Amino acid sequence: MSKVLMMGNEAFAEAAIRAGCNCYFGYPITPQNEVPEYMSHELHKAGGSFIQAESELAAVNMAYGAAAAGGRVFISTSSPGFALMQEGLGFICSCEVPIVAMNVSRGGPGVGGIQPGQADYFQVTRGGYNGDVKIPVFAPANIQESVDLIYEAFDIAEKYRNPVVIFADGMLGQMMEPVEFPPAKPIKGSDEISKDVPWAITGTDHHEGRNVVFSLRLQPDVLENHVLHMFEKYAEAEKELVRYKNINVEDAEIVFVAFGTMARICVEACELLEEKGVKAGVIRPISLWPFPNAAFDAITDKTKIVISTELSMGQMIEDVRTAVAGRWPVSLISRTGGIVPTSIEVMERALKALEEVK
Amino acid sequence: MTGHFGSGKTEFAVSLAFALAKQKGSEPGCMKESSLALVDLDIENPYFRSRERQTELNAAGIAVYSDPYDGKNASELQVISASILAPIQNEDCRVIADCGGDQAGARILNQFSRHFKNDYQLLSVVNCRRPGTDTVEKALQQIEDAQAVTGLSVTGLISNAHMIRYTTAEDVLEGWSFTKQVSERSGIPALAACAMDTAADELERRIAAGEEMLSVSEIFRIGMYMRDSYLDKKV
Repeated sequence: MSKVLMMGNEAFAEAAIRAGCNCYFGYPITPQNEVPEYMSHELHKAGGSFIQAESELAAVNMAYGAAAAGGRVFISTSSPGFALMQEGLGFICSCEVPIVAMNVSRGGPGVGGIQPGQADYFQVTRGGYNGDVKIPVFAPANIQESVDLIYEAFDIAEKYRNPVVIFADGMLGQMMEPVEFPPAKPIKGSDEISKDVPWAITGTDHHEGRNVVFSLRLQPDVLENHVLHMFEKYAEAEKELVRYKNINVEDAEIVFVAFGTMARICVEACELLEEKGVKAGVIRPISLWPFPNAAFDAITDKTKIVISTELSMGQMIEDVRTAVAGRWPVSLISRTGGIVPTSIEVMERALKALEEVK
Repeated sequence: MTGHFGSGKTEFAVSLAFALAKQKGSEPGCMKESSLALVDLDIENPYFRSRERQTELNAAGIAVYSDPYDGKNASELQVISASILAPIQNEDCRVIADCGGDQAGARILNQFSRHFKNDYQLLSVVNCRRPGTDTVEKALQQIEDAQAVTGLSVTGLISNAHMIRYTTAEDVLEGWSFTKQVSERSGIPALAACAMDTAADELERRIAAGEEMLSVSEIFRIGMYMRDSYLDKKV
């Protein structure tokens, strides 16, 4: 199939449909409104069901129910809406039900604004749910990568029986790019569901006995064993799901660490630094959990400073410091509230930071 | 200006405003000081609206009207400023009105139509690279829908077959041929094909070499004002 010109949000929705999504639940919130809008007129054509929920709380719990019944479920929202979904996500983890959840994030805190933000880093990687829970998080930096990650996320969710989060800032949702879609997977019939997700609540036609999906475990030893079992999965995820891209890190004096839209700005800032005679590179984490610590091993003695560059007051920097483990000085370049810095601003601030450590 | 969502209306509107501003002096009497205005009626999109380039437009002598917060309204409740009527009612002012895409975005023109006094052009931007208008039938439907909600007649078609920075001369030619078909079916004239400088230069070279295609006067050099260059960096 040839490339078509799509807005990010439309492409995210189309990618989910191609991945065989058969249930989407959503509630409008800017800057992701085109996801539910697209789903409302396209998902039924592929045989799936779209429901506009009465709130994000309802949407996440509809997703919980549909996925427990073996559905391939997609939900999307933006920052404050994702905050409302936290309880549901915790329950979904506890019940070991796969869903794919998208956060097209904006400026916070509270209602915040509608311009791009990355201040949900803690929210998506640490979460606001109770208990010992991990959720794989992927942060694409362009629309094609978003499409490919969403397409794959359904299988990852199903394999780990856990939610998977796609974290894209509002700029990725609103911008347009040429994109190529992978082939459409047909929506699964009941036989395939019974085969692929035999634990799902699909009635007793296909197996003996009954399946139960539940979160309540009153006996401490039973609950501890359940959490330990979940952590065995998370240990495997930490090995299998690490994704990153290093750009000219080896001989860089300055190494930026940036994801999503910020990574694109950093790549342009590197070009501007090169013109000033300073070599710079970018570590671009694609998986935010598990965080790609291995990416930092490519940094050499030539590097003078590692700069976490974020559309937040510095959240990822905590993971960057852990990954750097004291080997290089770490500093921060940040803008927040929906402000996206120019590459010139990043270049100037990076030069200043370099000066300070020299 | 009307057109399918994502057809490139805003980029065209802003480019047209700059192009008209440049003509100041070359068409005496047409462009007095602040006699050119860009009215941003987009109440659909939160990003990539022409008011984001207000500073640059003002510097070129183009007045910009949008929301009551001087173009800085970033709320989900989108509103337009009452001052928008000022340039529209001023008969000496040339006004470019940019609105959101599709029927939903075009609807806002309806409330201003009584001020246009038939002295207007309603241009429909056609991008055959967008899935929503990739067939002649879909493009015709889009035009019909825009006319139905605005109560105005589309008077000209602007071909804008683009793939952002990756647009080739072939994309432009294919788009022009597509728009010509839409023109034949609808009876609405195809006025111009948008092309960025690289593609436009190539087309002009080929026209000079005698290749049969659109004429030089039908090429409109569109800019890339709305999209920051970092968005096209490979990551």
